[in-house]
Amino acid sequence: MLDQDFINTLLLTGKLAGWTTFILFIVGFPMAYVLAYKRFWFKPIVEALISMPLVLPPTVLGFYMLIAYSPQNAFGRFLEQHFNTRLAFSFEGVLIASVIFSLPFMIQPLQNGLTSIPKSYRETAYTLGKSEFTTFIRVLVPNMIPSIITAAAMTFAHCIGEFGVVIMVGGNMPGETRVASIAIYDEVQAMNYHTANQYSFVLFIISLLILTLIYSINGKKKIFL
Amino acid sequence: MLKIDIQKAMLSAEGKTNLEVCSEIQDNELLCLFGHSGAGKTTLLRILAGLTKPDKGRIVFNDTVWFDSEKKINLPPQERNVGYMFQDYALFPNMTVEKNISFAQKEKNKNEVDKLLELFDLEILKNQHPEKLSGGQKQRVALARALAAKPNVLLLDEPLSALDFDMRLALQHEIRKAHDLLNTLTVMVSHDLQEVFHLASSVIMLKNGTVINRGAPAEIFSENTYCFQQRVCYQFNQ
Repeated sequence: MLDQDFINTLLLTGKLAGWTTFILFIVGFPMAYVLAYKRFWFKPIVEALISMPLVLPPTVLGFYMLIAYSPQNAFGRFLEQHFNTRLAFSFEGVLIASVIFSLPFMIQPLQNGLTSIPKSYRETAYTLGKSEFTTFIRVLVPNMIPSIITAAAMTFAHCIGEFGVVIMVGGNMPGETRVASIAIYDEVQAMNYHTANQYSFVLFIISLLILTLIYSINGKKKIFL
Repeated sequence: MLKIDIQKAMLSAEGKTNLEVCSEIQDNELLCLFGHSGAGKTTLLRILAGLTKPDKGRIVFNDTVWFDSEKKINLPPQERNVGYMFQDYALFPNMTVEKNISFAQKEKNKNEVDKLLELFDLEILKNQHPEKLSGGQKQRVALARALAAKPNVLLLDEPLSALDFDMRLALQHEIRKAHDLLNTLTVMVSHDLQEVFHLASSVIMLKNGTVINRGAPAEIFSENTYCFQQRVCYQFNQ
């Protein structure tokens, strides 16, 4: 039988991935829209910063997040003085780091989806008197569903597999920051191979299912991409 | 009446040119912009729609200033009430034929949608998505959609260029129908002489961004003109 710790760890992993995906969806769509359609001189810098997690070791971001969270520095001090909160080694701290670290996985598919929609669709909607917002909701979003699913699924799958950032920022606190990828490492260290195998198998199946979903949807709906 | 006096730097295949147009288009007129590729026809159409900003000049429709570089006025496309038909028709793939048309309406009115469906012989296709339609059917939907918004000005960018010869002939009738329905000022880009003679009440001929001739098709393409002979040879060879 599965013990409560095992279930709690998986639930915490799902909670972190779910919240990260939700927050990034809300924050990422406007960012992807601006990057896809607006021109400004520092756009390459913004794009490079967003893509940094793809090439940067997670421990680098984790290290800087820890520094930022420290009450000895401005951001950490502000949080402690005004909200009586410390983010280091907390779920919220891991969540913020996870959101930043997963930015490219949400933004890049959304940006690609937006740029692949012919410009004439937007321009037609504008000449028909529709605002940018109405055009976005009624014309752009429905014609990039595969990109939206890809963005959400990739972000969720990437979060589930996150290790470096979580261990740097959150450590290994059961029920708070101990997600499945950390638990696998921990169980292997303790030579509990059976439990490590259970976690690994669940992560393997979830990741496989998510990627299969992405490929099957994109295969069917290629016409809209 | 649409008064145009604009300048816009363009980059064409032959290098940098300047689009300079100063003209007036009367209400009810069906004007054809005629000229080689890169002459500035589509750019002018986009400028009228508010999709491209001229470098300087003034565009006035009746009493409304659409663009005035000195007064820094540039009405966005949403406020010009123009119907623009793109070469690729730009039908929204997520909407059925009927939804494409009703989306264009400023106030929902199903009777008017039904009338347009009937007028353009689209009733049987009203629940189809654009990907299932032929080129000619798409063109009719795009025209019906442009009219559903009851535009002040109808702008058509080579509306028949993607179609074969027989289909072109058939659909010229639809364009005439669209123009007559609202009796609206229509500006159309075309390469096709037969199309121009059949549809246009007047023609602006553009060359490298400059208006080189303006008048009725019969005046501009008189059999003695060099331009006419060149065109006939070109289209015969096509």
